[in-house]
Parts: sequence; structure tokens; C-alpha cells
Amino acid sequence: MTLYYRVNLFFQPPTMKDIPELSQIATQVRRDILRMVHAPASGHPGGSLGCTDFFTAMYFNILNHNPDHFTFEANGQDMFFLSNGHLSAVWYSVLARSGYFPVNELATFRYFGSRLQGHPTPDKHIPGVRIASGSLGMGISVSIGAAINKKLNNDSSLVFCLTGDGELQEGQIWEAAMFAAAKKVDNLVVVVDYNKKQIDGPTDEVLSLGDLHAKWQAFGWNVLEMNGNDMANVLQTMQQAKDSCNKLQPVVVLMKTEMGAGVDFMMGTHKWHGSAPNDEQLAKALSQLPETIGDY
Amino acid sequence: MLNYLNQMNKYISTGNKDTRSGFGEGLLEIGKTNPDVMALCADLIGSLKMDAFVKEFPDRFIQTGIAEANMIGIAAGLANGGKIPFTGTFANFATGRVYDQIRQLVAYSKKNVKICASHAGLTLGEDGATHQIMEDIGLMKMLPNMTVINTCDFNQTKAATIAIADFDGPVYLRFGRPKVPVFIPENEPFIIGKALKLIDGNHVSIFATGHLVWKALEASEILAQKGISAEIINIHTIKPLDRFAVLESIGKTGCAVSAEEHLRNGGLGDSIAQLLANERPTPMEMVAVDDKFGESGTPEQLMSKYGLDTTDIVHAALKVLQRKG
Repeated sequence: MTLYYRVNLFFQPPTMKDIPELSQIATQVRRDILRMVHAPASGHPGGSLGCTDFFTAMYFNILNHNPDHFTFEANGQDMFFLSNGHLSAVWYSVLARSGYFPVNELATFRYFGSRLQGHPTPDKHIPGVRIASGSLGMGISVSIGAAINKKLNNDSSLVFCLTGDGELQEGQIWEAAMFAAAKKVDNLVVVVDYNKKQIDGPTDEVLSLGDLHAKWQAFGWNVLEMNGNDMANVLQTMQQAKDSCNKLQPVVVLMKTEMGAGVDFMMGTHKWHGSAPNDEQLAKALSQLPETIGDY
Repeated sequence: MLNYLNQMNKYISTGNKDTRSGFGEGLLEIGKTNPDVMALCADLIGSLKMDAFVKEFPDRFIQTGIAEANMIGIAAGLANGGKIPFTGTFANFATGRVYDQIRQLVAYSKKNVKICASHAGLTLGEDGATHQIMEDIGLMKMLPNMTVINTCDFNQTKAATIAIADFDGPVYLRFGRPKVPVFIPENEPFIIGKALKLIDGNHVSIFATGHLVWKALEASEILAQKGISAEIINIHTIKPLDRFAVLESIGKTGCAVSAEEHLRNGGLGDSIAQLLANERPTPMEMVAVDDKFGESGTPEQLMSKYGLDTTDIVHAALKVLQRKG
């Protein structure tokens, strides 16, 4: 617990951090991810590293949320749903770093008895997680339900959902895409982690996604694009996504990322989608990511 | 013998109505008193008898189109925010088609979604086996956190629909298509998880659910004429099973018959058998469908061919009485 208090005193609750601060946090989050998957020798570091800048921007700048008082319904607050639950490592790290639960709990990731299950679930009562994900393709549907609920409650805050790109091969995604546009669910922003990789290889080889921009557009969505590993671009585009809400159209952001971003030998391959680094690889990876705001 | 017959008078048919209309009426009624109640449907409003709710509360109704997986997800998202969503479609599409969505988003995530399913079982009739799901009770009862209810007539379905809105947790509510006798009194309270004893008896316990409850009552008359006193218990809540009611009845009769419009695997009978095997090994016969798909036909033809008739219950009772010795 000592570490937790030290870190929390040093690290105040999230309030619109600027780019240098966000970058520092992101570096620390990447260290967290690598150490979290290394300890149990299992997990999915690749996608987590690729989306680290996005998660950091969301929880420390974009989202209007209150980590001190987590509720499922989140009345008056923005909500975030993770559809591709295997990105649990980055989500847990950012949730902890932004104050949802003690950062030293990150050391329990994937261990027996932990609230930080391999894939996120509200079953273990971890603040920040509202629904289970892991089986893919379901998060947008849930986000639509949450968004409609906000409209019914006259709550003007927004609902955000992250989905993978390989995940778009699931049919339910397109059920949800068709529904959200037809029913004008315009308080919803879906972000696609467009890293073009999945477990079995490049998406182009496994099952090509075709022209994603045209597909979402044809389904009736307002389509934005961004570089998910450029903090300035993430902040600017996500702000634009927020500003594009309430215009009778759901918003999707195609977020180009590099799987494994931040660790040279983990980039440019799908190899690190679902495997953890060994001791030597961890040391090498951490040497590229100096500790910034304190390890857990 | 007269005595047994007299007792049956409490449960006489007041005419035929479909259970799904009970759902429709119950939904409308609970919609009026509970503003959190919402309804979702995947292009089967008329079949589910949701028309009245849709007309009365258009803002609290969501038409998802033919997209059941999305419907379950939306319902889970609504429940997360405190709404009480009732999803409506045919039993086959309500369960098997979206098992994983229900598993992850509703059961495991403990979302207060009411999965309401019509046209369950063989009595769907002419549409054939693609639509005649007889595995749904098994699928749903295997899910941790899920409550499973199969109602037997119009009044019970209406009462159950109202009752589950006040119950916090995932529920699977199963009902059917055909018009069947209405015999449960309108004012009979529906208590989730509590079996309803319809007839007291001493020789054999008949545990019935859904459309087979009326047939069990008919069977009890035939058995009474043979001097056999059958205890008829309506198990409307298959999960959690009313263990006390089952064991108490078995303690008296010493043998059991289960009756349901479902496969033998995974149905009510297998829940009771599991309980009895653990607590009190007892001769038991199951009136259910044997590891087969259905086919086109009238409900009557199908119930007869697949062994779900009144006479099948009578035979099962006679057989189990012999085994009891």
C-alpha cells in the first residue's frame, strides 16, 4: 500500500493533461503493460501498446468522468466501453493511473484471486468496468444501449467504444452499425484500432476488411481518421469527434496504430498480439521506456 | 376417488388463450406502473403481442430489426443504466442464436435483462424444426445467474411478466404460440422460484411445466378414475428449482414424473433427477422429447407423435408406480 499512496500523492486526479504530461504518462503505461503481462507470462501486449496513447488521451483529457465515484449508470459522465477485451492491460493501467483503483493492484493482473481478470468483467467489481468483454463484436451494441439510455435520461454526456479491426469480421458489428445510423444514435463515438493485424497474421491475409472508410460511410456513419500514436493528433481528432456528436449521425474514428508501439522489436509484426515477453525481452523493452511517474 | 376429482375443481378451464397474449398484457400493465420498463423486438411485434406496449410507449420501445445479437447487446447497455429491458422474439432466436451474447453481456455481467421468448417447443407447429427449439431451457439454465421460467397459461404468463420486472437479475421467460386452456386463477400470485401445487395426492408426484401442466391435470383425472391419487405440481420456475416442494412431495409419494415440452436433455426433468439423485434417489419417469428435432404439423399431431400427450403422462405415472412397487 505504501507505493499506492506515494504514487497517488504524486499523481493528482486527471484533469485535462497537456501533451508533454500525457506522453510521460503513456510511457509509464507502456512499462505497466509490459510488466503486467511478463509476470504471469500471459496476455496481449501488442494491441495494448498500440492503443496506449489513445487510452491515455481519453482518460486524462477527453473523457468527462469521475474516477473517485464510479457508477455503472454514469449519469452526467461520459462512458467508455472496451469491446476488444483483450486490451485489458492498457485499460487497467490507465484506469489505475487515473485513480479508479490502487496502482499496485496492477501487479495482480491475471493472477488467481485478482479483480484484474484476463479479460475485463464487472463480476469482480473492478471500478471502471461496466460489462464483460472478450468474446468479440459485442461492445458497440452495448454502447448503443448506453447511449439510448442517456438520451432517455436527457443526459448530454457521450458514450465511447473501442473495437479492434480484426473484430470487425464479427457480424454483430454490422448489425450495430446499421442500427446506430438508422436510429440516429448520435451521442456515440466508436473508435476502431486499425492496426491491420490479428492473431493469425495481417488482416489483409486472414480476411481482408476492404475499404473500411467506405464501409462505415455506406452504413451511414460520420467517419474520421487519426494517427493513434501521435498524441497531438489523437487529442485533436477526438475533440473533433466530440464536436461531431448530436448531429443525427454516429461517429466512427478509424485510428491507425502500430501494434507493439514504443518497443522496437514488438512493432511491425503480429507476433506480440497474444504472447508475453520473457525476462530478457522485458529488460530490453523497458530500457526503451524509462520510468516516468513511478512503477507500481 | 370422488375426493380427488373434487379437488380439481379449483383449476378448471375458462376458455382458450395463448400464453404470448398474457405476455403482451403483462408487459403493457407493468409498463404503466414502472417507467424503467422498456421493450425491444427483432421484427416480431405482432407474434410477441407487443403491439399494445409499442402503441402506448413508443419512446420506450426499440425495434432492432432482424438482428437478435445486437438486440441483446442494446438491452445490456440499457440495463447498465438502470432500465429494465424486455427483449422479445421466438425462443429459438432468443436463446440459441444469441447464446454467447446472453452469456457474456447478461448472465456473466449480471445485467437486469428479461429475455422473453415465444413460440417455444413443438406447439409452434407448421413452421417446422428450424423454429421449434426444445433445447432452450437447458441452454438458459446452464448459465450462472440466470433465472428460468416456463409459464403454463395466459394468466400465469401475465403474472410472471409483471413479477420479473420487480426481480433484479437476468431472467429467461418462455411461453408459446397456441391457444391453450386458461386455468390458473387471475389472482393467483406468481412467486418466482416457488412451485405451485395444483392437486394434492399421495401415490405419485407429477411435476409439470409450460403447456404440459394442463395435460398433467387431465392425466390426474384419468389416474383418479383408476384409483390413483396423483399430486400435480406446477414448476413454473425451473431455475432456481423449488427443492423443498419437490422433496416434500416425493417424501409423501415416493415416485416422480416430470412433464415438459422440451428435450429430455437439459429440461425440467433433468433438474429434478439431479436433485433426487443427490438428496433422495427415487423412481422417476420423464415425459419429454428424446434427442430429436421436430417437424411440420399441427401442435396436436406433434405433441402426440413426440410423446407429450395426456396419455403419455398417464403411462409414465403407471410405469413409475410399478417401479416403486
